[in-house]
Amino acid sequence: MATAVQPVEKTNYLNADYGIKSWLLTTDHKRIALLYLASVTFFFFIGGFFAMLIRLELLTPAGDLMQADTYNKVFTMHGVIMVFFFLIPSIPAVLGNFLVPIMVGAKDLAFPKINLASWYLYMIGGGLTLYGLINGGLDTGWTFYTPFSTTYSNTNVSIVAIGVFINGFSSIFTGLNFIVTIHRMRAPGLTWSRLPLFLWAHYATAVIMVLGTPVIAITLLLVAAERLLHLGIFDAKLGGDPLLFQHLFWFYSHPAVYIMILPAMGVISELVTCFSRKRVFGYNFVALASIGIAVIGFLVWAHHMFVAGISVYAAMVFSFLSYLVAIPSAIKVFNWTATLYKGSIRFDTPMLYVFGFIGLFTIGGMTGLFLAALGLDVHVTDTYFVVAHFHYIMVGGAIMGYLGGLHFWWPKITGRMYPESWAKLSALLVFVGFNLTFFPQFVVGFLGMPRRYHAYPPEYQILNILSTAGASVLAIGYIFPMIYFAWSLRYGKKAPANPWNAAGLEWTIPSPPSTFNFDETPVVTWEAYNYDEIEETQEAEVVG
Amino acid sequence: MSEHIVSPKIYVSVFLALLVFTGLTYSIALINLGPFNAIVAITIAMIKSLLVILFFMHVKYSPKMTKVSIISGFFFLLILLGLSMTDYISRPWAGSFSKAAQQDTQQR
Amino acid sequence: MSDSQTAVHVLKHHFRDMEQQNETASFGMWLFLVTEIMFFGGLFCAYLIYRVLYFDSFAAASSTIDVKWGAINTAVLICSSLTMAMAVHSAALGKRKALVGFLVLTIILGGVFLGIKGKEYYDKFEENHVPGSNYHFIVEPELAHKFHAIDPAKTEIFFSLYFIMTGLHATHMVVGFGLLLWLIIASMKGKFSPGYYSPVEMVGLYWHFVDIVWIWLFPLLYLISRHH
Repeated sequence: MATAVQPVEKTNYLNADYGIKSWLLTTDHKRIALLYLASVTFFFFIGGFFAMLIRLELLTPAGDLMQADTYNKVFTMHGVIMVFFFLIPSIPAVLGNFLVPIMVGAKDLAFPKINLASWYLYMIGGGLTLYGLINGGLDTGWTFYTPFSTTYSNTNVSIVAIGVFINGFSSIFTGLNFIVTIHRMRAPGLTWSRLPLFLWAHYATAVIMVLGTPVIAITLLLVAAERLLHLGIFDAKLGGDPLLFQHLFWFYSHPAVYIMILPAMGVISELVTCFSRKRVFGYNFVALASIGIAVIGFLVWAHHMFVAGISVYAAMVFSFLSYLVAIPSAIKVFNWTATLYKGSIRFDTPMLYVFGFIGLFTIGGMTGLFLAALGLDVHVTDTYFVVAHFHYIMVGGAIMGYLGGLHFWWPKITGRMYPESWAKLSALLVFVGFNLTFFPQFVVGFLGMPRRYHAYPPEYQILNILSTAGASVLAIGYIFPMIYFAWSLRYGKKAPANPWNAAGLEWTIPSPPSTFNFDETPVVTWEAYNYDEIEETQEAEVVG
Repeated sequence: MSEHIVSPKIYVSVFLALLVFTGLTYSIALINLGPFNAIVAITIAMIKSLLVILFFMHVKYSPKMTKVSIISGFFFLLILLGLSMTDYISRPWAGSFSKAAQQDTQQR
Repeated sequence: MSDSQTAVHVLKHHFRDMEQQNETASFGMWLFLVTEIMFFGGLFCAYLIYRVLYFDSFAAASSTIDVKWGAINTAVLICSSLTMAMAVHSAALGKRKALVGFLVLTIILGGVFLGIKGKEYYDKFEENHVPGSNYHFIVEPELAHKFHAIDPAKTEIFFSLYFIMTGLHATHMVVGFGLLLWLIIASMKGKFSPGYYSPVEMVGLYWHFVDIVWIWLFPLLYLISRHH
């Protein structure tokens, strides 16, 4: 590859227009994806800051770093920010926004202005939530349980509830856009069964966003209405049922966890095929499993309420349904593993995240089954066992999927390669740091340490120290990509159109793409992941 | 955009039907039908909704995806209502909880 | 030929033709209405549960709302749905005057609805049935005779739901007002034609949806138990 002659830089979506207005008023889905990347990263580090405070407090058994009330605020803000302002938007709003139109062969999403509106709603909701944080915080837990949130808490419940409410519409707009785009804007020849699994995953995610988010919206509105207008739906003094809140809250918040994991699964499908140089095993099953997860995911919410006071008969129904939802997830894990079999495996950074995901998601998912068992749940509910379970899925699963995807598509998005050695090191730090942080939490939770407590019996200290040590390593693993991704924007090797020699429409256009993606609408006549047909004409360019 | 133009005659007929059903729902509410009052009221509301959806909102002449979307919306709403009710309906059953708590809930 | 001229004028760059653009707009609006079904649905879930748990209190509270106004308002909204449907019809046929006329009628009827709602709210305020520190539900003898297990505290839950559900509905109507006003101005400027009237149709869908919500609110809030 000659580098002596520098060609004139072609116009792409990044240099097509300059100035802050061209970014803040853009309707280009790729620029909006970058707006989201910046803001989502910002909130991630705020949420991470609160995580650091939690782990620092838990280094010692005594509640000596902060008072109990302050600790309540710290874990609440960690949860609110991470769930609503990082995990739920991350992959869909960053990678989804960037890739969905390109993968269907379109020039943009169905509703570009609504796409921009969704980012502004995210920023307004996030701003309001940050204001609530600075104004004294929130101490109800990210779950806003009544009647504490409606009657007794004297922190910024209404402000944060409204902030999350507004952010919910950001999610709804994104989901709506994806569904319509995937249905109506596919290029000629691109039938449903030729779609990359990334799109199936985002379609299922979008369905959940559209159907579930409005319910938490109205629920939080009710909490704010009760506090501000004294319209007491949940007021226990009037006969309000605290469980009604929980039913309404978890009707969304359980499917919400599938909003977090399905896109990551979509990423994994893309990565595992590229780095095994193979078609995915059982395409139809993986595609339908995404839909299955979305649908069954709506039927299981009360497994968060087993000990809250629901009837034992309802608990049995929800327990059974919760076992069912594990099936499509397991199908996916099996199929990705089978894709590896007899594949030509390459251990580039994205693939490291794939391996991390498959192992950690499996552990997280299986421990979910433990929790779905009524008898066992009575013992481990509200302990660190639960905390470990959901962090395995959300961090070991979703965030690894996010990082793997960011690395994989970074050359496409920015036109630059990241430094591979640093990236591999970071992936290793993330994996080691993650396990050191959260595996001890399974143990200490099973031994009985409750969650959301800033003090604990001294016999749990060793495990907590391990956990905090792990968190420090994990933090470094997250900070390094921040640095080298930024570095790569200026100094990274210029990326070709298809550095991974991957299948997919996005790799047929330049890196970075032009504003309207395709000069000519592609006509798709091939199956997804047609790696057996792709000629090895170009060595994958990876900076070693 | 449905190219099918619905004739004003159909609109007026639907309009009249809606008024009739409204009168019906009010009149029947004045009669004691026990548990059937609720069932009749809901049935009439469903018929009225269907008339508005099919004719005023042109769904009768709309693509299949429109119908699928609407049905999905109502289906998942029914899930929310139905599965939540499994909890409330079964709370007073034997073995669910104490007698004292049972006395708090009203059943009709 | 002027139709296709207007059409080319408004075809957005990422669509291949007007048919795709219109179908997309319609699908998007329907998905938004699905979110509205779930949004109001949460309130219907709360209503259902509390009605089952506290039936007597709910029925008693419902009996104190004046049915007459609710029934009139139902008729008013049904009329407004007719005028809205006729507005869309006029737009499809390119009848500009009729379009504007029907849109204006729709707004007027919507205004009547909100006026009556305001009067109903005022009545409730006078009776101290607005939840809050001034709430006071008096159990009239004929109510106590009919419903044996009335708990005034639980009637406050009914009225909380009443105000939230009708309030959210009214808020949607106010938004509808804004949309109708925008449509009236745009149609007076001649922006719509048989080749392009998608916004009229979309607002129509929204307006009909708001009508459907009321179709459910009326029996559920006003007619829980009205027989003697």
